[in-house]
Amino acid sequence: MNTVLARIQGSHNTLARSLGLVVFAGAVLFIASEALGAYNELQLANGAYYFAVLAGLTVLTGLSGQISLGHGALMAVGAYTVALLIGNEQWPLVPALLAAVALTTLVGIAVGAAATRLRGPYLAGATLAFAIGLPALADKYTGTFGGENGLVVNPPTPPSWLGANFPLERWEAWIAGLGALVVLFVMNNLVRSGVGRSFRAVRDDEIAASLCGLRVARVQTLAFVLSAACAGLGGGLLTVVLQLASPGAFQLELSLSLLTAIVLGGLGSLLGAVWGAAVLVLLPSWTNDIAHSFSLSTGVSANMPLAIYGLVLITAMLVWPSGIQGGVRAVVSRVGKRRGPRAKGAAP
Amino acid sequence: MTRFIDLTLNGISTGAVYAAVALALVLTWRATRIVNFAQGGMLMITTFIASSVISTSGSYWLGFAVALVCGLVLGAVVERALMRRVESGAPLNAVIVALGLLILLQALAGMIWGNTPRSFPPAFSIRGYDVGGTHVLFAPNDTFTVLVVIGVAAGLAALFRGTTIGLKMRAAAFQPEVARMLGVRVGRMFTLGWALAALVGSLAGLLVAPAVFVGPNQFDPILIFGFTAAVLGGLDSPVGAVVGGVALGLVLSYVSGYEGASLVTLAALVILIAVLMIRPGGLFSSTQERRV
Amino acid sequence: MARLEIEKLTTDYGPVRAVDGVTLAVDEGSITTVLGANGAGKTSLLRTISGLERASDGRVRLDGEDILGVPVEDIVRRGLAHVPEGRGVIAELSTEENLRLGGLWRGAEAATLGEIYELFPPLRERRGQLAASLSGGERQMLSIGRALMARPRVLLLDEPSLGLAPLVSAQIMQLISKLAAESELAVLLVEQNARSALSIAHRGVVLNLGRVVADDAAQTLSADEGLRKAYLGF
Repeated sequence: MNTVLARIQGSHNTLARSLGLVVFAGAVLFIASEALGAYNELQLANGAYYFAVLAGLTVLTGLSGQISLGHGALMAVGAYTVALLIGNEQWPLVPALLAAVALTTLVGIAVGAAATRLRGPYLAGATLAFAIGLPALADKYTGTFGGENGLVVNPPTPPSWLGANFPLERWEAWIAGLGALVVLFVMNNLVRSGVGRSFRAVRDDEIAASLCGLRVARVQTLAFVLSAACAGLGGGLLTVVLQLASPGAFQLELSLSLLTAIVLGGLGSLLGAVWGAAVLVLLPSWTNDIAHSFSLSTGVSANMPLAIYGLVLITAMLVWPSGIQGGVRAVVSRVGKRRGPRAKGAAP
Repeated sequence: MTRFIDLTLNGISTGAVYAAVALALVLTWRATRIVNFAQGGMLMITTFIASSVISTSGSYWLGFAVALVCGLVLGAVVERALMRRVESGAPLNAVIVALGLLILLQALAGMIWGNTPRSFPPAFSIRGYDVGGTHVLFAPNDTFTVLVVIGVAAGLAALFRGTTIGLKMRAAAFQPEVARMLGVRVGRMFTLGWALAALVGSLAGLLVAPAVFVGPNQFDPILIFGFTAAVLGGLDSPVGAVVGGVALGLVLSYVSGYEGASLVTLAALVILIAVLMIRPGGLFSSTQERRV
Repeated sequence: MARLEIEKLTTDYGPVRAVDGVTLAVDEGSITTVLGANGAGKTSLLRTISGLERASDGRVRLDGEDILGVPVEDIVRRGLAHVPEGRGVIAELSTEENLRLGGLWRGAEAATLGEIYELFPPLRERRGQLAASLSGGERQMLSIGRALMARPRVLLLDEPSLGLAPLVSAQIMQLISKLAAESELAVLLVEQNARSALSIAHRGVVLNLGRVVADDAAQTLSADEGLRKAYLGF
């Protein structure tokens, strides 16, 4: 970790750029939250914690090449930690979130160390078993984890200096947004640092990477641990926003939709993670709207959102194999090319 | 002691179903290096079709046969129409397409047949055998299940080991480019692999349906445990799929019988991790594959 | 008319031109060797001839019949067999299964199998073993034998001596020489080891950066000291 810090501190240029990026993203979030109504603020909050998770996962899968079907369970670890600490122990918010990150980091070290021995579908199988196995603990220890109903926590109270009428949803959006900004800052620095390069080197060719002196197992574990920490933070923020940590929220579907979101958004890019978070938040409500805009029998319309989701996944992969971000990049470069020669031609 | 025997027999019979699903996944993995998560949806559709045919015609075996034929066709169509476009791309894209297809099929089934699970008739009696005056949990239908899966495994082994088409399929699976240079029509072998896999999958659906009922999401657990079994045995090994399936069925049956059903998924996690830590490529991994 | 005629064959990998207007010919019963340094385009040339890579331009004729653009699966049916670099033995199959695969499309593999075992006695001893267990020399025999199962008229060989001990490599070269002479086969032999390839070949073609820089009788090439120093390394 020391070398990581040294590298991050060493590259002032990257650091400044990341800081600029974060300030810009923060400003966008702030303006958005001021302009939006309560429902959309809640969506913004949801998108923010999803982004925190997806940013870690896209680095793990896109840069380090490891497939995880278990990040929903890691989110559950963070979520239950925050719920227990805030609900039972009356911890303040920030220490509770830090504890969630710390605990998922530990879990990530254990899972990540085991994961480095596994490849492709074997890693997918092991993490899938993790995703379905872990929620069983909530059932087994009903007294601690609240069983099927889960744990309810009180909503965070906006500080009094914001005024008595400050909407709760906006406050939640700010908290989750701040968490997302922290992740964005750390990950953006990391991706551009030597650590990010070592991830890519290991993904592209493990043997060559190890011949260059990289410790492949350690690099892969580090990637897993980082993504676990992100998932822990995201899960903790989820508890804060939804005021609930229950096993129903962390079924296998969550892990699968996280994986889907990073591929759909554009694997390996933080902007892709933004797209992915947007898809996770917006697609369900859009598909619902589309389903209800037709007058269909209830059996059909109840299944319509799911059908649309499935179709979107299939067609997206056939049309944009490198995700939304890849599609955007292609369009931008095509527009740029078309503009280029014309500008030249216009010059005398 | 009777309880132990009951749990053992029950474990073998559910394990046989996991083995069948695992075999289906192994067949598609060997053919095209894709883990077909849509298999759960495909076998769900064919079992629904069987259910409809049985209720209209009154003949169980007609429904059974129709489901198998539909499975064969569905597998071939999915490979030709959909998977062929993503086979050569990034592996994750194929996984996402398979997941998308699973979701789409589940939604379509809900639209056509409704979301309420319906019962499905067994091929034979589900009343346990009478052993010395007491009924054991193992019934004639379980015998049928086990025999069918043994038959399928033996049939596949004979096909792969003993026929030229099996030899071509293996060559296409292990070294597609070399197989092509030797005149093997690799694309056809891929389609055949998927068709066979879906056939085996539809069989698994028919066998397990009396126990879990037929509904859009009723087969999710056997997909998950079938995948676990395939990973346990080694995704390249049909023998591994059968051993992994039965082993998983047995362990889960004991855990559920002695410790409670809530621990079943946790037990699956523990076994899988324990096995993969010792053999990262599954129990029956032949070569240490390391693609550079 | 030569058995295999290649005319101005060109292959591009994106912006990189791997094979650049190569023209050469191989007569029946003779060996033409393609020489050159790593990256000269030798393997790309073979892969283009057998349809594994798409040509951007040029022609390939086998006994006067155009075979460029024929799908890889059908090339062998037209009489051309390709022994790939690294031998392409399927390690997960047994020796005999590998051999049978070579003749499956003809549907008459059993008869040919005996002949191949006559030609390569060590393979008969190891017929039931997985190809993974074979030595380097045996694997090379297996992959040549498998190609012969198709009874080809043209044989493409990509670096058959790669990674073999000198003695084994010499045996393989002798065998290739015998094959060409006895079965009226046209052999196109790609080799890194120019000296041993020229010792059995009738003609030699030297490639550099995808282009033919010399095309002459093997003996003439061996005698050309400048060429040897510049491209052949002996």
